[in-house]
Amino acid sequence: MQVKTMAEFAAEDKQPEILFWVGCAGSFDDRAQKITRAFAEILTAAGIEFAILGDEEACTGDPARRAGNEFLFQMVALQNIETLNMYGVKKMVTACPHCFNTIKNEYPALGGHYDIVHHTQLLQELIDDGRIKMTEGGDFKGKRITYHDSCYLGRANGIYEAPRDVLQSLDGQLVEMKRSKQNGLCCGAGGAQMWKEDEPGDKRINMERTDEALSLNPDIIAVNCPFCMTMMNDGVTGREKQDKVMVYDLSELVVRSMQRS
Amino acid sequence: MVQSIVFALVAVLALGFAYFQFRKVYAHIRIGKDEDVSGPAGERWKNMLLVAFGQKKMFKRPIPAILHFMLYVAFVLTQIELIEIFIDGIFGVHRWFLGPLGGMYNFIISTIELLSILAFVATVIFLVRRNALFIPRFHKPEMQGWPKLDANLILIFELILLACIFTMNGTDVVLQDMDPDHYRATNFAVSGFLGPVVFGGMDASTLHVLERVGWWGHIIMVFVFLNYLPKSKHLHILLAFPNTYFARLKPRGEMINMPEVMNEVKSMMGLGDPNAPEPDMNAALPEFGADDVNEMSWIDVLGAYSCTECGRCTSVCPANITGKKLSPRKIVMNVRDRAEEMGDKIRSGNMEFAADKEAPLSRTNFDDGRTLWDYITREEIHACTTCNACVEACPILINPLEMINKMRRHEILTEASGPGDWMPLFNSIENQQRAWSVGSSRTAWTQDA
Repeated sequence: MQVKTMAEFAAEDKQPEILFWVGCAGSFDDRAQKITRAFAEILTAAGIEFAILGDEEACTGDPARRAGNEFLFQMVALQNIETLNMYGVKKMVTACPHCFNTIKNEYPALGGHYDIVHHTQLLQELIDDGRIKMTEGGDFKGKRITYHDSCYLGRANGIYEAPRDVLQSLDGQLVEMKRSKQNGLCCGAGGAQMWKEDEPGDKRINMERTDEALSLNPDIIAVNCPFCMTMMNDGVTGREKQDKVMVYDLSELVVRSMQRS
Repeated sequence: MVQSIVFALVAVLALGFAYFQFRKVYAHIRIGKDEDVSGPAGERWKNMLLVAFGQKKMFKRPIPAILHFMLYVAFVLTQIELIEIFIDGIFGVHRWFLGPLGGMYNFIISTIELLSILAFVATVIFLVRRNALFIPRFHKPEMQGWPKLDANLILIFELILLACIFTMNGTDVVLQDMDPDHYRATNFAVSGFLGPVVFGGMDASTLHVLERVGWWGHIIMVFVFLNYLPKSKHLHILLAFPNTYFARLKPRGEMINMPEVMNEVKSMMGLGDPNAPEPDMNAALPEFGADDVNEMSWIDVLGAYSCTECGRCTSVCPANITGKKLSPRKIVMNVRDRAEEMGDKIRSGNMEFAADKEAPLSRTNFDDGRTLWDYITREEIHACTTCNACVEACPILINPLEMINKMRRHEILTEASGPGDWMPLFNSIENQQRAWSVGSSRTAWTQDA
């Protein structure tokens, strides 16, 4: 896949339409890389000229800040802002709600002001504008899909409808968990929990959430976050349902359902 | 005359003692650090009107919301009657408003009576819910002992108060036939028929005594309530208003920036203001985050004093649901408990508690060898996923997550400790600028599709 970096655009003295902020999970985690590729494919198919930062991208600092390590957060955040401002970046999109939240809500106080959207918002826009079209009777027609709200897209940023609108376009059967939208239950990975063992308790949080999703007998659990992806995948595997229930990011569902020219 | 003097004395004593206690609460809240509360006043008023006055967030759970609303409206409207009680008490008159208001008086008292019936029903249901039905959020470990008694005492006070109102009005109605000059005719919606049913047939002297018992009981319960509030979780009936007004207006996903850390990192990276003065290398190292209430913001402490321990936060906390020790309600309760302890010690003037024995004891010059860590364990703080469910759940905009974040910052930045599992994460971010230590290049995903 040919993807140009900001440096390459700059060398040609050009600006891309939008910067795709890939994030650490999307860059390095095997499962999340598939999400990254799917989303890049959609952008290409929609004819959007986009760039990535490549190795000039650094962690946004979200897990460090939430663990309490403000020094580390400031170091990487200020470094990112330097890079972004040097390239004159204005418009950004990311497939990670943690990166999205940090860049949108926390970088302004450090001098970084960007117009950033989460990929589910951009997907909705592309579908609404007809820039990507769904096939009739795609892979997911009639499938039972339940959508897991991530905390950082949902409660932290109030985005509940855009991802649901995207799912509606798949012609599947959207079934809601009891704890959804404002009342959604965390997957258990936020606040840097992803990197540590759970504190002692009765149950892992991802198992609690997976059990809730599985109780609806879904074919697909749809997520919008690479962290939720890991947690829900682990949960489904833990319940030995990985052959029956798939966990997909929204961009993976869209890429498999869209018309290709 | 004697009654007027007694009333005035009781009122002055009760109000004076209440003033003294509320001043203490205010002083305790001010143990917290200053926080800028500028920003659009319009939005703040809107929050207060919708969330505190209109109880918007309560209605996420309709059954308790309706019951609570009944109690709330009855409580607020009953205060109108209090004006008359004061006038009657001081001037030794009886139902002074009946003259000037006439038919309107019957309407007001009847409304209060009808609401009081609803409040009575709601209070009884609340007692049953709290004690007989197993609603998990009322039975968490932090609700044992005083918090449980506190919750029941408030409900019992409420029942006594309502019983007094109906005794006062009911005996009045029966007495109207015996002594129409003093007990002028009224037409009350509930007591009009309840009074004769309960008190009919009693002799005049008993009725006189009961009427006074109702009247004095009512006002004394109000005074008891007022003086009980500062010690109780029930303080929310007052503090919900300032707490919703001063609630932070920032986006929910934003952690408050630490400019002192930002500026230091900027100067390290050569991004600082070149004209800024050289940092004083001999200055004492500042503390970051909070391990005590004097390091929290006064908005956090105000939140802790506003908490009515309803446990909606804890009932939606993913850590608590899965059996971890963390309970956001307990964190908030602990902040209040510690503020009480620190406030009392500062007021004691005992120099044993001063950090610098030469300077006067104050919120900044304080060290009693204890911190919030004596109330809250590391395990609780480490279990948080920062999911904001507790923040979303709080009906009066208290933010337990903010308190947890500040304690995490203290642990990592000031104490240089924290979960060992996080060391590889920190190292990876510091040395390779990435949260994942596996993989080689950020563009690897473009290669092997």
